Amino acid sequence: MSKTSSGTLYRGREGMWSWVGHRVTGVVIFLFLLVHVLDTALVRVDASAYDAVIATYKNPLMALGETALVAAILFHAFNGLRLILVDFWKQGTKYQRQLLWGVIGVWVVVFAGFAIRHLSLAFGGH
Amino acid sequence: MSTELPEPASKIELKPGVGGGGEIPTFNITLRVRRYTPESTADAYWEDFKLTMYGTDRVLDALHKVKWEHDGSLSFRRSCAHGVCGSDAMRINGRNRLACKTLLKDLDTSKPITVEAIKGLPLEKDLIVDMEPFFQSYREIMPFLINDGHEPSGERYQSAADHAKFEDTTKCILCAACTSSCPVFWTDGQYFGPAAIVNAHRFIFDSRDDAGDMRLEILNDKEGVWRCRTTFNCTEACPRGIQVTQAIAEVKQAILSRTV
Ligand code: HEM
Ligand code: SF4
Ligand code: FES
Repeated sequence: MSKTSSGTLYRGREGMWSWVGHRVTGVVIFLFLLVHVLDTALVRVDASAYDAVIATYKNPLMALGETALVAAILFHAFNGLRLILVDFWKQGTKYQRQLLWGVIGVWVVVFAGFAIRHLSLAFGGH
Repeated sequence: MSTELPEPASKIELKPGVGGGGEIPTFNITLRVRRYTPESTADAYWEDFKLTMYGTDRVLDALHKVKWEHDGSLSFRRSCAHGVCGSDAMRINGRNRLACKTLLKDLDTSKPITVEAIKGLPLEKDLIVDMEPFFQSYREIMPFLINDGHEPSGERYQSAADHAKFEDTTKCILCAACTSSCPVFWTDGQYFGPAAIVNAHRFIFDSRDDAGDMRLEILNDKEGVWRCRTTFNCTEACPRGIQVTQAIAEVKQAILSRTV
């Protein structure tokens, strides 16, 4: 099947691409949490090793990574609320597109607020 | 001359060659078909056909032109040619459509028009897939009226309000455009898929039917409605305009509340 079924990518619309985004951000958050549980657990093993690991996070690259992680979490969280509405609110399926634009709108505002603060703290040298 | 003859009232200037079917504008298209001919080549491949088509033609007419005038080996299903039988769902420019309901003039004819088999079902030849897994899921939801009461002497009455609850899902023609547009179905062939749920919905919400609970139990399975990730590909693909995702959501809610 694999050889024969490959053709063009299916051209879905908003619903499909928001699902792709939801899954990708879900996996990204999961991978982060995995690492985060491990590095935090280190504090019980060896406190100075923990401090050393955490210190390596304080660099511009990590600041950008954190910004991307927050972007992923915010999208996943807001779109997750949209999916709950789509499943359980009577008018949810009818307004799924408008709900997605709402999600993107709120996401842009909240993320911009966070990014400005976070990056100016990381790069502004305060 | 001084004497002018009155012009006949019905005189129309016709350019030479105009008349009959000639008034319909023609245009050229490239039909890019995903071919699969297991008897000669192991892999599927693209083949282009350059065709001159009329403004009234559909993708199905283009496929006919290829089969009848260019390459008789091209294989596809069709029967009614008018959006009733559900035989010719295929992927046209990346989206599931009925070839007989897709006008060429509505597509971008400046670029090749791609035509592929629907996804997620075993490919047999060119645009033909094995529909058996699809119909297997359809049979499992028991798509027929089940009524334990006495056989009525006349018709079984139903109010307009009761009928409205499932009117939308009676329109299904079992074309599989929805099920084969579903990303969950592509990777998990065991998933019942939108079409089976649509046809279960048609009986679950029918006030004359007594087996709603049984069908809800069937769809409460791990391969049932809970697999749905609400991508809306099915709703967008359905040639009958059925609100497929809405129907699936109603079944999800009915399983949780069991008020039917
Ligand atoms: C911030 C709060 C969160 C909300 C409101 C939320 C909401 C949701 C919802 C409603 C779904 C179901 C999606 C669907 O039906 O298609 C989902 C899926 C998922 N979530 Fe979250 N979630 C949150 C946090 C997280 C976190 C912290 C992780 C990582 C550990 C995560 C990982 C996932 C994954 C991997 C999926 C599966 C995606 C899929 O099946 O397509 N989520 N989330
Ligand atoms: S619900 Fe629509 S897309 Fe799905 S099988 Fe029925 S007619 Fe085809
Ligand atoms: S040929 Fe019957 S639906 Fe298209």
